[in-house]
Amino acid sequence: MQIDKDLVAASATPLVLAILAEGESYGYAILRRVRELSDGDLEWTDGMLYPLLQRLHRLEYVTAEWRTPPEGRRRRYYAMTDVGHAALADHQRQWLVVTRTLGDVWRGAGRLPFAPGTA
Amino acid sequence: MSPVEVLETQIAEWRAFVERRPGVARPDAEELEAHLRDQIADLCAAGLAKDEAFLVAVKRMGALDDLSREFAREHSGRLWRQLVLDSAEDLPPADTRWREAALFAIAAAVIIQVARLAGGFDGDLPWGVRNGGLFVLPVLAGYFARLRGLSVRHCLLAATPCAVAAVLINVYPFDHDAATEYLVAAHLPVALWFVVAYPYMNGGLRSHEQRMDFVRFTGEWSIYYVLIALGGGVLMALTRMVLKPTGVKVGRVIEWVLPSGAAGAVIVAAWLVEAKQRVIENMAPVLTMLFTPLFAVMLVVAAVAYAVTGFSGAFDRELVGVFDALLVVVLGLVLYGMSARDPSAPAGGMDRIQLVAVGAALLLDVVVLAAMVARVGDRGFTANRTAALGLNVVLLVNLAGAAWLAGRFLSGHATFHRLERWQTSYLPVLAVWVAAVVVVLPPLFAFR
Repeated sequence: MQIDKDLVAASATPLVLAILAEGESYGYAILRRVRELSDGDLEWTDGMLYPLLQRLHRLEYVTAEWRTPPEGRRRRYYAMTDVGHAALADHQRQWLVVTRTLGDVWRGAGRLPFAPGTA
Repeated sequence: MSPVEVLETQIAEWRAFVERRPGVARPDAEELEAHLRDQIADLCAAGLAKDEAFLVAVKRMGALDDLSREFAREHSGRLWRQLVLDSAEDLPPADTRWREAALFAIAAAVIIQVARLAGGFDGDLPWGVRNGGLFVLPVLAGYFARLRGLSVRHCLLAATPCAVAAVLINVYPFDHDAATEYLVAAHLPVALWFVVAYPYMNGGLRSHEQRMDFVRFTGEWSIYYVLIALGGGVLMALTRMVLKPTGVKVGRVIEWVLPSGAAGAVIVAAWLVEAKQRVIENMAPVLTMLFTPLFAVMLVVAAVAYAVTGFSGAFDRELVGVFDALLVVVLGLVLYGMSARDPSAPAGGMDRIQLVAVGAALLLDVVVLAAMVARVGDRGFTANRTAALGLNVVLLVNLAGAAWLAGRFLSGHATFHRLERWQTSYLPVLAVWVAAVVVVLPPLFAFR
């Protein structure tokens, strides 16, 4: 399934924040987690994650630190801050409203092939 | 070339390509490279050949045009227009980078004045000269520690050598006007410069790419510093001339302004290198292109002159110092040419000219070194001779290795990567030698 580009972009920040809320991580591992969670449906252009991470860092949602783990290569590790947690909670509220609204209207319409409630 | 070498070359080319993009800073390129390597390792584990894995990983990274545009947006603090999600909170905070640089520059300028007043720079010149580097370069290290967000542990690691040096050179009982004291004064700033490398590289001392970045930074910093110094000199000379008729004692003011300006400019130049990278990237290759052939001509002429005339007149003991300086400049040209060069480009005319310059310098140096060794045989080792000779040998080995590898590169037997590795692997040798002159030489020659 091809997901619309704008939708991918819009979900990028909450998704990255949610993954970092599970624990600190680095770019490549975050992308692996995105693929895993979406069963490969959410396709990101790998490189684009990094400007996004920098933006989150600038907004102080995450901290960034270069580290070399034993037997690993040097990577920049990102971890959530309290500001980031607050931002994530805010995103969650917004997305809940969106999905609830869409769910309501689709249930009412009842014409869609995979409308929730009829499946 | 083995598949691993091919892969390394491909990655180096890719990184150089990425770094040239507007908006992509060096740490970004490093992060992207780590990502690329992770991806390649996973793909190889899944059964792909190395070159296939490289192609797939690069493809997944996405179009570099788009990527660099996103980075440029982020770095310039402008709004994200395409990938953007929220709007109001996106307003960028005012760029505070230059303020940080200004604060550190002022700190350096103030520290030098405090030291002047406390230590009596004017009264006890050797004390000031000996400690000079300690007033400025730790501030530069602190600036980078702040810029890179270094952890406390790393900060302490960087501060330790500074503290050790400060204690040692002030505990050492130097004789009046001791040669070892001047040697310390000349070598300590260089040793501290290597300390600055630690926060600059964000603690990643082992990474060869980062070492090359630091070499590049050193070259660019020097250019900016010289430019600032020239501007400052013109400004002061004009001030003096303009105010002369009024009878204002400009000399007294300049005595205050000069040390502070020189100290502050160290930080400002470092900030300029980071902030205005693209400007200097255009200037540096041009300067290298201009001066490498000129130095090559000068060195060849000198080599011929020595071959024809030999040493006429007395062999001056200053001469080894002059040749040390010459080798340092040649090494600087080699390093700078290297860091400004596209690692994937085939061997060209510039590489040949550089090899001629290095070869002529080596030839000259061997002649002088032979004379020097004979002289040491006559009169024994003094601190000055040991320092000059040691540096000469350290540089000679470096340039001989560089010339050998450059020859192999030109004849197609080695990759440019090998040449880079040789230089970045050699940097610790230079650091150790400089540190040894500061720490070991004074007690070895009884502080004379």
